[in-house]
Amino acid sequence: MNIMIVGVGGQGTLLASRIIGNAALALGQDVKVSEVHGMSQRGGSVVTYVKYGESVASPVIDEGQADIILAFEELEAYRWVSYLKPGGTLIVNTHAIAPMPVITGAMAYPEEIVKKLQEKQVQVTACDATRLAQEAGNVKAVNVVLIGVLARTSSVSKEEWLSALRETVPPKFLDLNLKAFELGYSI
Amino acid sequence: MKKLMLGNEAVARGAYEAGVRVAASYPGTPSTEITEFVAKYDEVYAEWAPNEKVAVEVAVGASIAGARAMSCMKHVGVNVAADPLFTASYTGVNGGLVLCVADDPGMHSSQNEQDSRHYARAAKVPMLEPADSGECKAFMKEAFALSEAYDTPVFLRLTTRVAHSQSLVEMEDRADVPLKDYVKDAPKYAMVPANARPKHVLVEQRMAKLAEMAETSPLNRVEMGDRSVGIIAAGITYQYAKEAMPNASFLKLGMVHPLPTKLILDFVSQVDTCYVMEELDPVIETHCKAIGAKVIGKEKFTLLGEYSANMIRAVLTGEVPQTAGKADEPVPMRPPVLCPGCSHRGVFYVLKKLGLRVSGDIGCYSLGGSAPLSSIDTIVCMGASVSGALGMEKARGADFSRGTVAVLGDSTFLHSGITGLMDVVYNKGTTTTIILDNSITGMTGHQDNPATGFTIKGEPTRQVDLVQLCHAVGVDRVVVADPFELKEFERIVKEEVAAEEPSVIIAQRPCALIKKAHYTGSYRINDKCKNCKMCMKLGCPAISLTESGPVIDETQCVGCGLCPHVCPFGAIERVGDAQ
Ligand SMILES: Cc1ncc(C[n+]2csc(CCOP(=O)(O)OP(=O)(O)O)c2C)c(N)n1
Repeated sequence: MNIMIVGVGGQGTLLASRIIGNAALALGQDVKVSEVHGMSQRGGSVVTYVKYGESVASPVIDEGQADIILAFEELEAYRWVSYLKPGGTLIVNTHAIAPMPVITGAMAYPEEIVKKLQEKQVQVTACDATRLAQEAGNVKAVNVVLIGVLARTSSVSKEEWLSALRETVPPKFLDLNLKAFELGYSI
Repeated sequence: MKKLMLGNEAVARGAYEAGVRVAASYPGTPSTEITEFVAKYDEVYAEWAPNEKVAVEVAVGASIAGARAMSCMKHVGVNVAADPLFTASYTGVNGGLVLCVADDPGMHSSQNEQDSRHYARAAKVPMLEPADSGECKAFMKEAFALSEAYDTPVFLRLTTRVAHSQSLVEMEDRADVPLKDYVKDAPKYAMVPANARPKHVLVEQRMAKLAEMAETSPLNRVEMGDRSVGIIAAGITYQYAKEAMPNASFLKLGMVHPLPTKLILDFVSQVDTCYVMEELDPVIETHCKAIGAKVIGKEKFTLLGEYSANMIRAVLTGEVPQTAGKADEPVPMRPPVLCPGCSHRGVFYVLKKLGLRVSGDIGCYSLGGSAPLSSIDTIVCMGASVSGALGMEKARGADFSRGTVAVLGDSTFLHSGITGLMDVVYNKGTTTTIILDNSITGMTGHQDNPATGFTIKGEPTRQVDLVQLCHAVGVDRVVVADPFELKEFERIVKEEVAAEEPSVIIAQRPCALIKKAHYTGSYRINDKCKNCKMCMKLGCPAISLTESGPVIDETQCVGCGLCPHVCPFGAIERVGDAQ
């Protein structure tokens, strides 16, 4: 299983990939998680990977190899969609964050991305995870809302997801994150 | 128990289990977390040194004193540490000495793509290269054993994808490795010519013995499969190749210097076509060709950037991946930017406004070079801002210096900017240097440094006084200023640049991501806005332009309070709790 997590530096994609990695461990399979640190974390486009199966060699997911892409932002979903396998699933947060070329007016933010992807027969699950995170109490929980959405489609049980969550998030944010998870899980 | 571990964490665990006692490093992506993880073990003394040269010297001293010691750095850090490295190769060790170096193919977070394997060759030091976290831990322990067995420093080379990927690791206990005795032994440790000449003989003998060992060491292993294709690879490239061609035959090298001869010739003779796959330079390939092994390497595989399973598949089989879909319009790039609330933003806003030439440096503030701030002219290496600006002045005269500033961060200034400043004073330059003091080493993920007042273990310590330090090297004009007080800051910059003597401006404001900044709430733009777009010149990712004018994204705004300073109409107002 190849899961790709794409978003904007600072959105908590790294923590999301760790939670997914820990949940995958419960399946008793080989797991690799590839992270991004440093420069690109500063508001840039960030990509992390979680792969699990009998045996995993490369920690990286190449073009056309992802079973699922979890996109924290619409434009990032659009940028990375070619990494999705034919028949793969795209989960996307419809909240838009303008990149610098859009902010400076050098380029326009593409319109109706989700619709365009659906017209290409890409399987898309879309929701405003940023709003749901605010509803749970903090925008920072957007990563856990999206994990909730992902959890519904996965072969890992809900209990395993919750225990991975408990293992990975700091205790003082646990209640907030459990709420965020439920909001994502029940969309 | 098996645990998912980052490559860097596994290196730290390996060092811990090998009984390491001293770790001295300077941060640098993708190596930083090794030292951060090592610092968590109470049994290990760990430190952030001011730069890599100092770090390696501390580790060499610890080794000579009988402790197992280590130092970690990114690839360009070895350039800084090369001096102690080349001679530590001659002295050899007492306690085991391992230098971890992390290369960055693809330049995720680096200014160049140099291949550190050349250093192993040049300094005549063995180098191991793990391919996953399990090997990171195992090879680290092996590195300490080799170091003591062969009386040599040992390199452990990582690349970004190994350092920053998590895979499963089996935990073991820490070995009880006592301090070795310290015995004065000048012929071994005091490298004057008379002592160094016989040591060079021993270095060559040692490398010959290690090359012999490489023939049979379990670090290098053969996996015979389909004999029509043979692949020689190490580290992460082995993983890519394994994924692309799972049935091929492999010679997987765990030691990339020195390389075996018989083992390679034997492997090549057993396969129809043999490829050498290695990111960056043809180090293994050159060796293979020198020993007469018939291999295909850079004829088919690039010298540039990262490899991937898809890329290897495409070269070997011509296979093109199928995908679910593609965007069929240009997708705007999303380059990294200065964070919302970044303390550096005010400085670059002023420098741009004044149209000054900026001799830049390496740190978060390198991002001040991107649009719309676009205010950096040059970036070479850490510390080069100050010395580079002096060079410009000497080439074009003092008048040129009236339009130039050197800009660098607090950590970078202490790393190697201070020596440039001495040069400015000593050789009668008039350069203005702006030290961006955000009280932390930001770019690499917030490490303490000699100016922050805390050690790597979080203990309070004596702080370098930047003002006094600048005075001490002979700069009389030193001003401390808040870069968010834009008018005052602009006045100071104009005045200092005009001065016909060296000057330093310390722009002091904490990084928005650390506690010390304590920003709260956020701002919004009200109906007094006349759509003049002055706020857009700040390049703040939280402010974007809509059809009705600029808006602030409250989910991104941290409430730093810079943008109200540039609004001529008082249209930017606070929401939420006051500061
Ligand atoms: C020789 C060398 N060592 C390490 C690095 C990695 N590195 C890049 S910038 C930087 C320090 C940045 O800290 P500072 O100067 O305080 O600026 P900030 O990022 O906080 O703005 C480091 C360690 C490097 N590029 N070169």
